[in-house]
Amino acid sequence: MPESSNFTARLRRYAVIYHALWRNSVVREMSFKSNFLLWIVVEVLWFALQLCFIGVIYLHTDHIATWTKWEVVLLVGASHFIQQIFQAFFLTNCTQLSDLIRTGRLDFMLLLPVNTRFLISLRQVDLGGFVNAASALAVMAYAARQLHAMPSAAQILGFLLLSAAGIFIHYSLMFLLASVAFWTVRAQGIVWGYYSLFNVARLPDAAFQGFFRAFFTFAIPMLLVANVPAQLLLNRLESPGPMLLLFGMGGACFFVSELFWRFSIRRYTSASA
Amino acid sequence: MQKYWHVIKIGFENTLVYRVNFFVRAAFGLIPLLATIYLWRAVYRGQSSQIAGYSLAGMTSYYLLVTIVDTLTAVNEDDWQIAADIKDGNISQFLLKPINYLAYRLCLFFSGRIIFTAVSLVPVGCFVFFMRKYLVAPPDGTALGCFLLATLLTGLLQFFMSYTMALAAFWLLEVSTFIFIMFAFEYIAGGHLFPLNILPPAVEQALNCTPFPYLLFFPVSVYLGQVKGAALWQGLGMEAGWTLLFYLLARAVWNRGIRKYSAVGG
Repeated sequence: MPESSNFTARLRRYAVIYHALWRNSVVREMSFKSNFLLWIVVEVLWFALQLCFIGVIYLHTDHIATWTKWEVVLLVGASHFIQQIFQAFFLTNCTQLSDLIRTGRLDFMLLLPVNTRFLISLRQVDLGGFVNAASALAVMAYAARQLHAMPSAAQILGFLLLSAAGIFIHYSLMFLLASVAFWTVRAQGIVWGYYSLFNVARLPDAAFQGFFRAFFTFAIPMLLVANVPAQLLLNRLESPGPMLLLFGMGGACFFVSELFWRFSIRRYTSASA
Repeated sequence: MQKYWHVIKIGFENTLVYRVNFFVRAAFGLIPLLATIYLWRAVYRGQSSQIAGYSLAGMTSYYLLVTIVDTLTAVNEDDWQIAADIKDGNISQFLLKPINYLAYRLCLFFSGRIIFTAVSLVPVGCFVFFMRKYLVAPPDGTALGCFLLATLLTGLLQFFMSYTMALAAFWLLEVSTFIFIMFAFEYIAGGHLFPLNILPPAVEQALNCTPFPYLLFFPVSVYLGQVKGAALWQGLGMEAGWTLLFYLLARAVWNRGIRKYSAVGG
Protein backbone atom coordinates (compact mmCIF):
# COMPACT_ATOMS: atom_id res chain seq x y z
CA MET A 1 0.00 0.00 0.00
CA PRO A 2 1.75 3.17 -1.16
CA GLU A 3 -0.44 5.25 1.15
CA SER A 4 0.80 3.65 4.37
CA SER A 5 4.43 3.32 3.30
CA ASN A 6 4.28 6.99 2.45
CA PHE A 7 3.04 7.63 5.97
CA THR A 8 5.79 5.59 7.64
CA ALA A 9 8.41 7.31 5.52
CA ARG A 10 7.11 10.66 6.67
CA LEU A 11 7.07 9.50 10.26
CA ARG A 12 10.65 8.33 9.94
CA ARG A 13 11.72 11.64 8.41
CA TYR A 14 10.17 13.59 11.29
CA ALA A 15 11.78 11.25 13.82
CA VAL A 16 15.18 11.94 12.25
CA ILE A 17 14.55 15.70 12.38
CA TYR A 18 13.41 15.52 15.98
CA HIS A 19 16.48 13.51 16.89
CA ALA A 20 18.69 16.28 15.49
CA LEU A 21 16.75 18.98 17.35
CA TRP A 22 17.10 17.00 20.56
CA ARG A 23 20.85 16.61 20.10
CA ASN A 24 21.21 20.36 19.52
CA SER A 25 19.35 21.08 22.73
CA VAL A 26 21.56 18.79 24.77
CA VAL A 27 24.68 20.47 23.43
CA ARG A 28 23.23 23.91 24.12
CA GLU A 29 22.20 23.06 27.70
CA MET A 30 25.51 21.47 28.54
CA SER A 31 27.44 24.55 27.51
CA PHE A 32 25.82 26.49 30.37
CA LYS A 33 26.07 23.87 33.10
CA SER A 34 25.85 26.09 36.18
CA ASN A 35 22.88 27.92 34.72
CA PHE A 36 21.22 24.60 34.00
CA LEU A 37 21.63 23.56 37.64
CA LEU A 38 20.44 26.94 38.96
CA TRP A 39 17.21 26.70 36.99
CA ILE A 40 16.59 23.33 38.62
CA VAL A 41 17.11 24.99 42.03
CA VAL A 42 14.56 27.66 41.09
CA GLU A 43 11.96 25.08 40.09
CA VAL A 44 12.56 22.93 43.18
CA LEU A 45 12.16 26.02 45.35
CA TRP A 46 8.83 26.98 43.78
CA PHE A 47 7.61 23.40 44.09
CA ALA A 48 8.61 23.34 47.78
CA LEU A 49 6.77 26.62 48.23
CA GLN A 50 3.52 25.14 46.92
CA LEU A 51 3.92 22.20 49.25
CA CYS A 52 4.53 24.61 52.17
CA PHE A 53 1.26 26.37 51.38
CA ILE A 54 -0.60 23.05 51.55
CA GLY A 55 1.26 22.22 54.77
CA VAL A 56 0.26 25.54 56.35
CA ILE A 57 -3.42 25.12 55.41
CA TYR A 58 -3.47 21.65 56.93
CA LEU A 59 -2.03 23.02 60.17
CA HIS A 60 -5.49 24.52 60.65
CA THR A 61 -7.80 21.91 59.15
CA ASP A 62 -7.75 18.18 58.40
CA HIS A 63 -9.59 18.27 55.11
CA ILE A 64 -10.33 20.61 52.19
CA ALA A 65 -13.74 19.61 50.82
CA THR A 66 -13.23 15.82 50.85
CA TRP A 67 -9.48 15.85 50.33
CA THR A 68 -7.00 14.90 53.04
CA LYS A 69 -3.50 16.33 53.32
CA TRP A 70 -1.53 13.60 51.55
CA GLU A 71 -4.11 13.34 48.79
CA VAL A 72 -3.59 17.03 48.04
CA VAL A 73 0.18 16.56 48.20
CA LEU A 74 -0.13 13.80 45.60
CA LEU A 75 -2.28 16.11 43.48
CA VAL A 76 0.26 18.96 43.73
CA GLY A 77 2.95 16.44 42.74
CA ALA A 78 0.93 15.22 39.75
CA SER A 79 0.31 18.79 38.64
CA HIS A 80 4.00 19.61 38.92
CA PHE A 81 4.91 16.46 36.98
CA ILE A 82 2.56 17.41 34.14
CA GLN A 83 3.71 21.02 34.12
CA GLN A 84 7.38 20.06 34.04
CA ILE A 85 7.04 17.58 31.18
CA PHE A 86 5.09 20.26 29.32
CA GLN A 87 7.90 22.72 30.04
CA ALA A 88 10.53 20.24 28.91
CA PHE A 89 8.97 19.80 25.47
CA PHE A 90 6.99 22.93 24.68
CA LEU A 91 7.25 25.94 26.96
CA THR A 92 10.36 27.72 25.63
CA ASN A 93 9.24 27.07 22.09
CA CYS A 94 5.83 28.64 22.68
CA THR A 95 7.30 31.70 24.42
CA GLN A 96 9.72 32.23 21.54
CA LEU A 97 7.05 32.44 18.87
CA SER A 98 6.57 36.17 19.43
CA ASP A 99 10.32 36.72 18.95
CA LEU A 100 10.28 34.69 15.75
CA ILE A 101 7.51 36.90 14.41
CA ARG A 102 9.02 40.17 15.58
CA THR A 103 12.44 39.47 14.10
CA GLY A 104 11.10 37.92 10.91
CA ARG A 105 12.96 34.66 11.50
CA LEU A 106 9.65 32.91 11.00
CA ASP A 107 10.10 33.46 7.24
CA PHE A 108 13.02 31.09 7.27
CA MET A 109 11.02 28.42 9.04
CA LEU A 110 8.10 28.75 6.68
CA LEU A 111 10.46 28.00 3.81
CA LEU A 112 11.77 24.75 5.27
CA PRO A 113 10.19 21.60 3.85
CA VAL A 114 8.68 20.51 7.18
CA ASN A 115 5.47 21.30 8.97
CA THR A 116 6.02 24.75 10.48
CA ARG A 117 3.98 24.12 13.58
CA PHE A 118 5.99 20.95 14.26
CA LEU A 119 9.25 22.85 13.97
CA ILE A 120 8.15 25.82 16.09
CA SER A 121 6.64 23.66 18.80
CA LEU A 122 9.50 21.21 19.23
CA ARG A 123 12.63 23.19 18.32
CA GLN A 124 14.19 23.08 21.77
CA VAL A 125 14.07 20.61 24.62
CA ASP A 126 14.45 21.93 28.16
CA LEU A 127 16.25 19.06 29.87
CA GLY A 128 15.83 20.51 33.36
CA GLY A 129 12.13 19.77 33.06
CA PHE A 130 12.81 16.04 33.18
CA VAL A 131 14.87 16.38 36.35
CA ASN A 132 12.06 18.40 37.96
CA ALA A 133 9.46 15.90 36.79
CA ALA A 134 11.47 13.21 38.59
CA SER A 135 11.36 15.24 41.82
CA ALA A 136 7.59 15.52 41.40
CA LEU A 137 7.33 11.73 41.02
CA ALA A 138 9.37 11.29 44.21
CA VAL A 139 6.96 13.53 46.14
CA MET A 140 4.00 11.61 44.69
CA ALA A 141 5.53 8.28 45.72
CA TYR A 142 6.09 9.58 49.24
CA ALA A 143 2.50 10.83 49.47
CA ALA A 144 1.21 7.47 48.20
CA ARG A 145 3.20 5.73 50.94
CA GLN A 146 1.71 8.01 53.58
CA LEU A 147 -1.73 7.06 52.26
CA HIS A 148 -0.83 3.34 52.20
CA ALA A 149 -1.90 3.38 48.57
CA MET A 150 -0.28 0.94 46.17
CA PRO A 151 -1.43 1.79 42.65
CA SER A 152 -1.72 -1.13 40.24
CA ALA A 153 0.16 -1.30 36.94
CA ALA A 154 -3.08 -0.46 35.11
CA GLN A 155 -3.55 2.62 37.28
CA ILE A 156 0.00 3.79 36.59
CA LEU A 157 -0.44 3.26 32.86
CA GLY A 158 -3.75 5.14 33.02
CA PHE A 159 -2.07 7.93 34.97
CA LEU A 160 0.59 8.30 32.29
CA LEU A 161 -1.96 8.37 29.46
CA LEU A 162 -4.13 10.92 31.26
CA SER A 163 -1.05 13.01 32.05
CA ALA A 164 -0.16 12.97 28.37
CA ALA A 165 -3.64 14.33 27.61
CA GLY A 166 -3.10 17.01 30.28
CA ILE A 167 0.25 18.00 28.76
CA PHE A 168 -1.45 18.20 25.39
CA ILE A 169 -4.06 20.59 26.81
CA HIS A 170 -1.36 22.84 28.31
CA TYR A 171 0.47 22.82 25.00
CA SER A 172 -2.60 23.56 22.87
CA LEU A 173 -3.75 26.45 25.06
CA MET A 174 -0.26 27.93 25.38
CA PHE A 175 0.26 27.71 21.62
CA LEU A 176 -3.09 29.38 21.10
CA LEU A 177 -2.02 32.26 23.36
CA ALA A 178 1.38 32.46 21.68
CA SER A 179 -0.34 32.82 18.29
CA VAL A 180 -1.86 36.07 19.52
CA ALA A 181 1.62 37.44 18.77
CA PHE A 182 0.53 37.69 15.13
CA TRP A 183 -1.75 40.53 16.21
CA THR A 184 0.15 42.32 18.98
CA VAL A 185 3.91 42.48 19.00
CA ARG A 186 4.28 42.23 22.76
CA ALA A 187 2.55 38.92 23.28
CA GLN A 188 5.09 37.61 25.74
CA GLY A 189 3.11 38.97 28.69
CA ILE A 190 0.11 37.03 27.47
CA VAL A 191 2.11 33.84 27.34
CA TRP A 192 3.42 34.36 30.88
CA GLY A 193 -0.14 35.03 31.96
CA TYR A 194 -0.73 31.37 31.31
CA TYR A 195 1.51 30.69 34.28
CA SER A 196 -1.28 31.92 36.53
CA LEU A 197 -3.44 29.08 35.28
CA PHE A 198 -1.00 26.46 36.58
CA ASN A 199 -1.98 27.69 40.03
CA VAL A 200 -5.53 26.52 39.41
CA ALA A 201 -4.47 23.12 38.04
CA ARG A 202 -2.89 21.98 41.29
CA LEU A 203 -5.91 22.58 43.52
CA PRO A 204 -8.50 19.92 44.34
CA ASP A 205 -11.56 20.32 42.08
CA ALA A 206 -13.98 19.56 44.93
CA ALA A 207 -13.00 22.84 46.60
CA PHE A 208 -14.69 24.79 43.82
CA GLN A 209 -18.32 25.29 42.96
CA GLY A 210 -20.55 27.03 40.53
CA PHE A 211 -19.31 29.13 37.65
CA PHE A 212 -15.62 28.96 38.57
CA ARG A 213 -15.66 25.17 38.54
CA ALA A 214 -17.68 24.93 35.31
CA PHE A 215 -15.44 27.47 33.57
CA PHE A 216 -12.20 25.74 34.52
CA THR A 217 -13.64 22.34 33.57
CA PHE A 218 -15.40 22.97 30.28
CA ALA A 219 -13.94 26.22 28.92
CA ILE A 220 -10.32 26.13 30.12
CA PRO A 221 -10.02 22.60 31.52
CA MET A 222 -7.45 23.39 34.23
CA LEU A 223 -9.40 21.46 36.85
CA LEU A 224 -9.15 18.32 34.72
CA VAL A 225 -5.48 18.40 33.73
CA ALA A 226 -4.02 17.20 37.03
CA ASN A 227 -7.11 16.29 39.01
CA VAL A 228 -8.23 13.41 36.79
CA PRO A 229 -4.84 11.62 36.67
CA ALA A 230 -4.35 12.11 40.42
CA GLN A 231 -7.86 10.91 41.20
CA LEU A 232 -7.26 7.77 39.17
CA LEU A 233 -4.27 6.96 41.37
CA LEU A 234 -6.21 7.81 44.52
CA ASN A 235 -9.21 5.60 43.57
CA ARG A 236 -11.44 8.67 43.71
CA LEU A 237 -12.98 8.24 40.26
CA GLU A 238 -16.43 6.69 40.42
CA SER A 239 -17.04 6.57 36.68
CA PRO A 240 -14.90 6.81 33.54
CA GLY A 241 -16.69 10.08 32.69
CA PRO A 242 -13.93 12.49 33.86
CA MET A 243 -11.30 10.48 31.97
CA LEU A 244 -13.29 10.63 28.74
CA LEU A 245 -13.87 14.33 29.34
CA LEU A 246 -10.13 14.94 29.75
CA PHE A 247 -9.33 13.13 26.49
CA GLY A 248 -12.20 14.90 24.73
CA MET A 249 -11.11 18.32 25.96
CA GLY A 250 -7.54 17.53 24.87
CA GLY A 251 -8.77 16.90 21.33
CA ALA A 252 -11.00 19.97 21.36
CA CYS A 253 -8.23 22.28 22.61
CA PHE A 254 -5.84 21.02 19.95
CA PHE A 255 -8.46 21.46 17.24
CA VAL A 256 -9.17 25.06 18.27
CA SER A 257 -5.48 25.94 18.49
CA GLU A 258 -4.82 24.42 15.05
CA LEU A 259 -7.70 26.41 13.54
CA PHE A 260 -6.40 29.61 15.10
CA TRP A 261 -2.85 28.85 13.98
CA ARG A 262 -3.91 28.36 10.35
CA PHE A 263 -6.01 31.51 10.50
CA SER A 264 -3.06 33.48 11.97
CA ILE A 265 -0.39 32.22 9.61
CA ARG A 266 -2.48 33.33 6.67
CA ARG A 267 -2.37 36.81 8.08
CA TYR A 268 1.41 36.81 8.56
CA THR A 269 3.14 39.39 6.38
CA SER A 270 6.70 39.07 7.69
CA ALA A 271 8.54 41.70 9.68
CA SER A 272 12.03 41.53 8.26
CA ALA A 273 13.40 44.17 5.99
CA MET B 1 15.50 68.22 39.68
CA GLN B 2 13.97 69.02 36.36
CA LYS B 3 15.92 66.33 34.56
CA TYR B 4 14.40 63.66 36.83
CA TRP B 5 10.97 65.04 36.13
CA HIS B 6 11.81 64.50 32.51
CA VAL B 7 12.81 60.91 33.25
CA ILE B 8 9.42 60.32 34.87
CA LYS B 9 7.73 61.61 31.74
CA ILE B 10 9.83 59.33 29.55
CA GLY B 11 8.95 56.52 31.92
CA PHE B 12 5.24 57.20 31.43
CA GLU B 13 5.61 57.09 27.68
CA ASN B 14 7.75 53.96 27.67
CA THR B 15 5.52 52.01 30.00
CA LEU B 16 2.37 53.03 28.19
CA VAL B 17 3.69 50.95 25.31
CA TYR B 18 3.24 47.92 27.55
CA ARG B 19 -0.26 48.79 28.66
CA VAL B 20 -1.82 45.71 27.05
CA ASN B 21 0.79 43.57 28.74
CA PHE B 22 0.05 45.18 32.09
CA PHE B 23 -3.66 44.77 31.63
CA VAL B 24 -3.32 41.10 30.78
CA ARG B 25 -0.93 40.53 33.63
CA ALA B 26 -3.23 42.19 36.14
CA ALA B 27 -6.27 40.34 34.80
CA PHE B 28 -4.59 36.93 34.72
CA GLY B 29 -3.14 37.55 38.17
CA LEU B 30 -6.67 37.62 39.57
CA ILE B 31 -7.30 33.99 38.63
CA PRO B 32 -4.95 32.40 41.19
CA LEU B 33 -6.17 34.95 43.73
CA LEU B 34 -9.77 33.92 43.16
CA ALA B 35 -8.74 30.25 43.35
CA THR B 36 -7.00 30.86 46.69
CA ILE B 37 -10.04 32.63 48.10
CA TYR B 38 -12.29 29.76 47.00
CA LEU B 39 -9.87 27.28 48.49
CA TRP B 40 -10.12 29.04 51.87
CA ARG B 41 -13.90 29.06 51.55
CA ALA B 42 -13.80 25.27 51.21
CA VAL B 43 -11.60 25.09 54.32
CA TYR B 44 -14.01 27.27 56.31
CA ARG B 45 -16.98 25.27 55.08
CA GLY B 46 -15.47 22.30 56.89
CA GLN B 47 -15.31 24.03 60.27
CA SER B 48 -17.16 27.34 60.11
CA SER B 49 -15.22 29.03 62.90
CA GLN B 50 -12.12 31.19 63.00
CA ILE B 51 -8.70 30.12 61.79
CA ALA B 52 -5.83 31.68 63.75
CA GLY B 53 -8.00 34.73 64.48
CA TYR B 54 -9.24 35.11 60.89
CA SER B 55 -12.89 34.78 60.00
CA LEU B 56 -13.67 33.94 56.37
CA ALA B 57 -14.40 37.63 55.74
CA GLY B 58 -11.12 38.59 57.42
CA MET B 59 -9.19 36.09 55.31
CA THR B 60 -10.81 37.36 52.11
CA SER B 61 -10.04 40.98 52.92
CA TYR B 62 -6.44 39.96 53.64
CA TYR B 63 -6.08 38.73 50.05
CA LEU B 64 -7.84 41.80 48.64
CA LEU B 65 -5.36 44.06 50.42
CA VAL B 66 -2.46 41.91 49.29
CA THR B 67 -3.60 42.51 45.72
CA ILE B 68 -3.89 46.25 46.24
CA VAL B 69 -0.51 46.66 47.96
CA ASP B 70 1.15 44.36 45.44
CA THR B 71 -0.24 46.38 42.53
CA LEU B 72 1.07 49.58 44.07
CA THR B 73 4.53 48.41 45.05
CA ALA B 74 5.75 45.27 43.25
CA VAL B 75 8.79 45.46 41.01
CA ASN B 76 8.13 43.70 37.76
CA GLU B 77 10.36 44.62 34.86
CA ASP B 78 12.83 46.93 36.59
CA ASP B 79 15.30 44.31 37.77
CA TRP B 80 15.51 42.65 34.33
CA GLN B 81 16.03 46.01 32.67
CA ILE B 82 18.78 47.03 35.09
CA ALA B 83 20.60 43.73 34.56
CA ALA B 84 20.22 44.14 30.79
CA ASP B 85 21.51 47.74 30.95
CA ILE B 86 24.67 46.51 32.67
CA LYS B 87 25.14 43.52 30.39
CA ASP B 88 24.62 45.47 27.18
CA GLY B 89 26.79 48.38 28.29
CA ASN B 90 23.93 50.89 28.35
CA ILE B 91 25.02 52.29 31.70
CA SER B 92 28.15 53.81 30.14
CA GLN B 93 26.17 56.91 29.23
CA PHE B 94 25.17 57.42 32.88
CA LEU B 95 28.81 57.45 33.89
CA LEU B 96 29.39 60.33 31.51
CA LYS B 97 26.25 62.36 32.17
CA PRO B 98 25.40 64.29 35.33
CA ILE B 99 22.58 61.94 36.20
CA ASN B 100 22.50 59.37 38.94
CA TYR B 101 21.56 55.90 37.72
CA LEU B 102 19.83 54.93 40.96
CA ALA B 103 17.69 58.08 40.91
CA TYR B 104 17.00 57.52 37.22
CA ARG B 105 15.80 53.96 37.84
CA LEU B 106 13.77 55.08 40.86
CA CYS B 107 11.96 57.62 38.68
CA LEU B 108 11.25 54.93 36.09
CA PHE B 109 10.04 52.60 38.86
CA PHE B 110 7.62 55.24 40.15
CA SER B 111 6.26 56.10 36.74
CA GLY B 112 5.95 52.39 35.93
CA ARG B 113 4.00 51.78 39.13
CA ILE B 114 1.65 54.67 38.42
CA ILE B 115 0.88 53.40 34.92
CA PHE B 116 0.55 49.82 36.14
CA THR B 117 -1.83 50.90 38.90
CA ALA B 118 -3.87 52.97 36.47
CA VAL B 119 -4.14 50.09 34.00
CA SER B 120 -4.92 47.59 36.77
CA LEU B 121 -7.64 49.84 38.08
CA VAL B 122 -10.09 48.21 35.68
CA PRO B 123 -9.54 44.50 36.46
CA VAL B 124 -8.49 44.93 40.11
CA GLY B 125 -11.17 47.56 40.69
CA CYS B 126 -13.86 45.26 39.28
CA PHE B 127 -12.59 42.44 41.42
CA VAL B 128 -12.51 44.47 44.62
CA PHE B 129 -15.97 45.84 43.81
CA PHE B 130 -17.24 42.30 43.29
CA MET B 131 -15.85 41.34 46.71
CA ARG B 132 -16.63 44.71 48.33
CA LYS B 133 -18.55 43.30 51.28
CA TYR B 134 -15.27 41.78 52.51
CA LEU B 135 -13.29 44.97 52.17
CA VAL B 136 -13.21 46.46 55.64
CA ALA B 137 -12.18 50.04 56.42
CA PRO B 138 -9.08 50.53 58.55
CA PRO B 139 -9.98 50.82 62.26
CA ASP B 140 -8.94 54.50 62.59
CA GLY B 141 -7.13 57.41 60.96
CA THR B 142 -3.78 56.46 62.50
CA ALA B 143 -4.00 53.01 60.93
CA LEU B 144 -4.83 54.52 57.55
CA GLY B 145 -2.00 57.06 57.73
CA CYS B 146 0.49 54.45 58.88
CA PHE B 147 -0.74 52.09 56.15
CA LEU B 148 0.00 54.71 53.48
CA LEU B 149 3.42 55.40 54.95
CA ALA B 150 4.18 51.69 55.27
CA THR B 151 3.08 51.11 51.66
CA LEU B 152 5.40 53.86 50.43
CA LEU B 153 8.28 52.33 52.39
CA THR B 154 7.38 48.91 50.99
CA GLY B 155 7.66 50.30 47.47
CA LEU B 156 11.08 51.75 48.23
CA LEU B 157 12.28 48.58 49.95
CA GLN B 158 11.03 46.47 47.01
CA PHE B 159 12.92 48.72 44.64
CA PHE B 160 16.20 48.87 46.58
CA MET B 161 16.26 45.10 47.11
CA SER B 162 15.60 44.37 43.43
CA TYR B 163 18.11 47.02 42.37
CA THR B 164 20.83 45.51 44.56
CA MET B 165 20.01 42.05 43.26
CA ALA B 166 20.12 43.20 39.63
CA LEU B 167 23.55 44.76 40.17
CA ALA B 168 24.87 41.20 40.48
CA ALA B 169 24.97 41.47 36.68
CA PHE B 170 28.34 43.27 37.12
CA TRP B 171 29.82 39.96 38.20
CA LEU B 172 27.54 37.30 36.70
CA LEU B 173 26.47 36.59 33.15
CA GLU B 174 23.01 35.38 34.13
CA VAL B 175 21.13 36.91 37.04
CA SER B 176 17.60 35.79 36.22
CA THR B 177 17.89 32.60 38.29
CA PHE B 178 18.92 34.64 41.34
CA ILE B 179 16.05 37.04 40.79
CA PHE B 180 13.63 34.11 40.69
CA ILE B 181 15.14 32.57 43.83
CA MET B 182 14.73 35.83 45.74
CA PHE B 183 11.22 36.21 44.36
CA ALA B 184 10.35 32.74 45.69
CA PHE B 185 11.45 33.75 49.20
CA GLU B 186 9.58 37.01 48.92
CA TYR B 187 6.49 35.18 47.73
CA ILE B 188 6.23 32.90 50.72
CA ALA B 189 7.94 34.93 53.47
CA GLY B 190 6.33 38.20 52.38
CA GLY B 191 2.79 36.92 52.82
CA HIS B 192 1.64 36.53 49.20
CA LEU B 193 0.45 32.98 49.69
CA PHE B 194 -1.03 33.22 53.18
CA PRO B 195 -1.05 35.63 56.14
CA LEU B 196 2.18 35.13 58.09
CA ASN B 197 0.39 35.19 61.44
CA ILE B 198 -1.29 31.84 60.78
CA LEU B 199 2.16 30.24 60.99
CA PRO B 200 3.43 28.74 64.26
CA PRO B 201 4.57 31.72 66.44
CA ALA B 202 8.23 30.65 66.42
CA VAL B 203 8.34 30.68 62.60
CA GLU B 204 6.56 34.01 62.46
CA GLN B 205 9.01 35.57 64.91
CA ALA B 206 11.94 34.24 62.93
CA LEU B 207 10.50 35.77 59.75
CA ASN B 208 10.11 39.11 61.49
CA CYS B 209 13.89 39.28 61.77
CA THR B 210 14.16 39.27 57.96
CA PRO B 211 13.17 42.07 55.57
CA PHE B 212 10.59 39.86 53.80
CA PRO B 213 7.47 40.66 55.87
CA TYR B 214 8.04 44.34 55.09
CA LEU B 215 7.78 43.64 51.38
CA LEU B 216 4.02 43.07 51.66
CA PHE B 217 2.68 41.64 54.91
CA PHE B 218 3.45 44.57 57.19
CA PRO B 219 1.38 47.29 55.44
CA VAL B 220 -1.50 44.86 55.06
CA SER B 221 -1.50 43.97 58.74
CA VAL B 222 -1.34 47.67 59.62
CA TYR B 223 -4.43 48.30 57.49
CA LEU B 224 -6.28 45.42 59.12
CA GLY B 225 -5.49 46.87 62.56
CA GLN B 226 -3.47 43.84 63.63
CA VAL B 227 -0.49 45.94 64.70
CA LYS B 228 -1.26 48.72 67.13
CA GLY B 229 0.38 51.07 69.61
CA ALA B 230 4.06 50.52 70.33
CA ALA B 231 4.30 47.55 67.96
CA LEU B 232 3.09 49.77 65.11
CA TRP B 233 5.78 52.41 65.63
CA GLN B 234 8.40 49.74 66.18
CA GLY B 235 7.35 48.04 62.94
CA LEU B 236 7.51 51.27 60.98
CA GLY B 237 10.94 51.92 62.46
CA MET B 238 12.11 48.46 61.43
CA GLU B 239 10.74 48.96 57.94
CA ALA B 240 12.46 52.33 57.59
CA GLY B 241 15.67 50.72 58.89
CA TRP B 242 15.55 47.93 56.31
CA THR B 243 14.82 50.45 53.56
CA LEU B 244 17.78 52.60 54.57
CA LEU B 245 20.02 49.55 54.86
CA PHE B 246 19.16 48.38 51.35
CA TYR B 247 19.60 51.90 50.00
CA LEU B 248 23.12 52.01 51.42
CA LEU B 249 23.81 48.50 50.21
CA ALA B 250 22.60 49.40 46.72
CA ARG B 251 25.00 52.36 46.61
CA ALA B 252 27.91 50.34 47.97
CA VAL B 253 27.36 47.51 45.48
CA TRP B 254 27.07 50.03 42.65
CA ASN B 255 30.36 51.67 43.62
CA ARG B 256 32.14 48.32 43.67
CA GLY B 257 30.46 47.14 40.49
CA ILE B 258 31.40 50.23 38.55
CA ARG B 259 35.07 49.48 39.24
CA LYS B 260 34.60 46.04 37.72
CA TYR B 261 32.55 47.32 34.80
CA SER B 262 34.19 47.04 31.40
CA ALA B 263 31.48 48.60 29.17
CA VAL B 264 30.96 45.58 26.97
CA GLY B 265 29.31 46.63 23.74
CA GLY B 266 28.91 50.18 25.04
